[in-house]
Amino acid sequence: MLEVKDMVVAYGRVNAVKGISFSVEKGQIVTMLGTNGAGKSTTLRALSGLLPLVSGEIWFEGQRLDGVPAHKIVERGIAQSPEGRRLFRQMSVEDNLKLGAFSRKDASGVKSDMDRVYDLFPVLGERRSEAAGLFSGGEQQMLAIGRAMMSRPTLLMLDEPSMGLSPIMTQTIMRTIRELQADGVTILLVEQNAQAALSLADRGYVLEVGHIMFSDTGRNLLGDDRVRRTYLGAD
Amino acid sequence: MELFFQQLINGLSLGSLYALIAVGYTVVYGIVQLINFAHGEIFMIGAFGAYATWMVLGQPTDWSAPLSILVLLPVMIIGGIIASVTVALLTERLAYRPLRNAPRLAPLISAIGVSVFLQEFVRLFYGRIPGFPDAKSAIPFPVVHGISGEIIQLGGVTIQMSAVFTVGALVVCTVFLWFFVNRTKTGRAMVATSQDPDTARLMGINVDRVIMAAFAVGAGLAAIAGVAHGLSYGNIGFRMGFLAGLKAFTAAVLGGIGNINGAVVGGLVLGVTEAMATTFIPGQFGSSAWKDVWAFVLLILVLVFRPQGLLGAKVVDRA
Repeated sequence: MLEVKDMVVAYGRVNAVKGISFSVEKGQIVTMLGTNGAGKSTTLRALSGLLPLVSGEIWFEGQRLDGVPAHKIVERGIAQSPEGRRLFRQMSVEDNLKLGAFSRKDASGVKSDMDRVYDLFPVLGERRSEAAGLFSGGEQQMLAIGRAMMSRPTLLMLDEPSMGLSPIMTQTIMRTIRELQADGVTILLVEQNAQAALSLADRGYVLEVGHIMFSDTGRNLLGDDRVRRTYLGAD
Repeated sequence: MELFFQQLINGLSLGSLYALIAVGYTVVYGIVQLINFAHGEIFMIGAFGAYATWMVLGQPTDWSAPLSILVLLPVMIIGGIIASVTVALLTERLAYRPLRNAPRLAPLISAIGVSVFLQEFVRLFYGRIPGFPDAKSAIPFPVVHGISGEIIQLGGVTIQMSAVFTVGALVVCTVFLWFFVNRTKTGRAMVATSQDPDTARLMGINVDRVIMAAFAVGAGLAAIAGVAHGLSYGNIGFRMGFLAGLKAFTAAVLGGIGNINGAVVGGLVLGVTEAMATTFIPGQFGSSAWKDVWAFVLLILVLVFRPQGLLGAKVVDRA
């Protein structure tokens, strides 16, 4: 579904992503692990068209994706819930969701998808007219995911959805990701919480300073010594 | 007391003019953080566009008042809007967009260049159009019967019809703006882009188009202000955008730059302050020569005690 070949992305003058190749198959949850500065968010920003490639190619469902402007990438079926959630804080929950559906023209479909987000996250439905900035971190994360869902993406990219959340809230978010997968959405999950991410993932890639160091199935990576030492705090 | 109300009316009329122009500074600043110093010239172009429309109509001078108000004036306004929006979009495309990712100073200098260019362009070339008057000095604005020179007496207070037009235009434009920002998709996209352009892109918003819309809306209002200026003062000139633009920019900062309501409030406060200062400050300091001084004193006071402006521009909380 998504195929990245030798992608190099610069952040300012520094190459933050130094030639990575990976792929995401339809229906999978693929996770990307790595410490701060490994190039995970840069990768997602490049996939969304916010950053240009220095070299390399991105293919999505048989079509070239690099060079396509960001607002057109949403129409192709890729949505991103960015790092730090980046909600429109002064706008209401409802307005945030409407903006998530900006590229769509089917008003009735938008309405039913909005109801679906409220079903998934009842707290958002109850307080739909309140400003997004007034919600707790976990609730804001729900809204960020819900907003990304509103474009009805086939590939949903989530950048550190568990950041700053309590373990219980992290579980809720991870359960939601699993439910989205069951609905047929393909997911690319960037995480620092390796335990949570790998127990969901069909496949995982480990990034370090702009390179993919190794990749394997989620289950195998959970048992991998290198991963356990670096990300799971095991001796 | 009559004098007070008289000056209040005069101030509101002047302030409405400032407010109509100030909106253009504030919407553009809110989205691209550019102080578009050429915006005063867009206002001037609007006035000259309306004049050109009148020329194309065959310089009608004998239309009846209803016909002038209901047909001539709207057509002139539309002509002015077309001229100023076209020029604003061209400058955005040619002078600002190529510098979108350049250091902040570059587009600012580009804006000053556009300002000088537009003034000189009108000065040198307006008169070259066959049949058009030379624009090297001020030219008389067309008379719109029913408005130009007409007054209403209300007790001891004299209200110019042109003032009624100016204030009315501001009211209509403010309602239009509210509707546009809160009820249209492009308006919501504009608010989203001003809060966080990158995330707006992730929503599928075409930020280039939003920026063009901001320039177009600002230019349209400036053109209406240009017509109001022509009706109120009876003449237009290639330099009219300089001081009006500076005052409107002051109004935008006064109200809180980036905030549309702030631009409207700032414009009105500035206009009323000027009108009151020239009447109620005694001695030579109250002469009309000092009115610009009081306008900028007000600006300095607000910036010292309330730097974010009267309505407090939303501070962009970007990480």
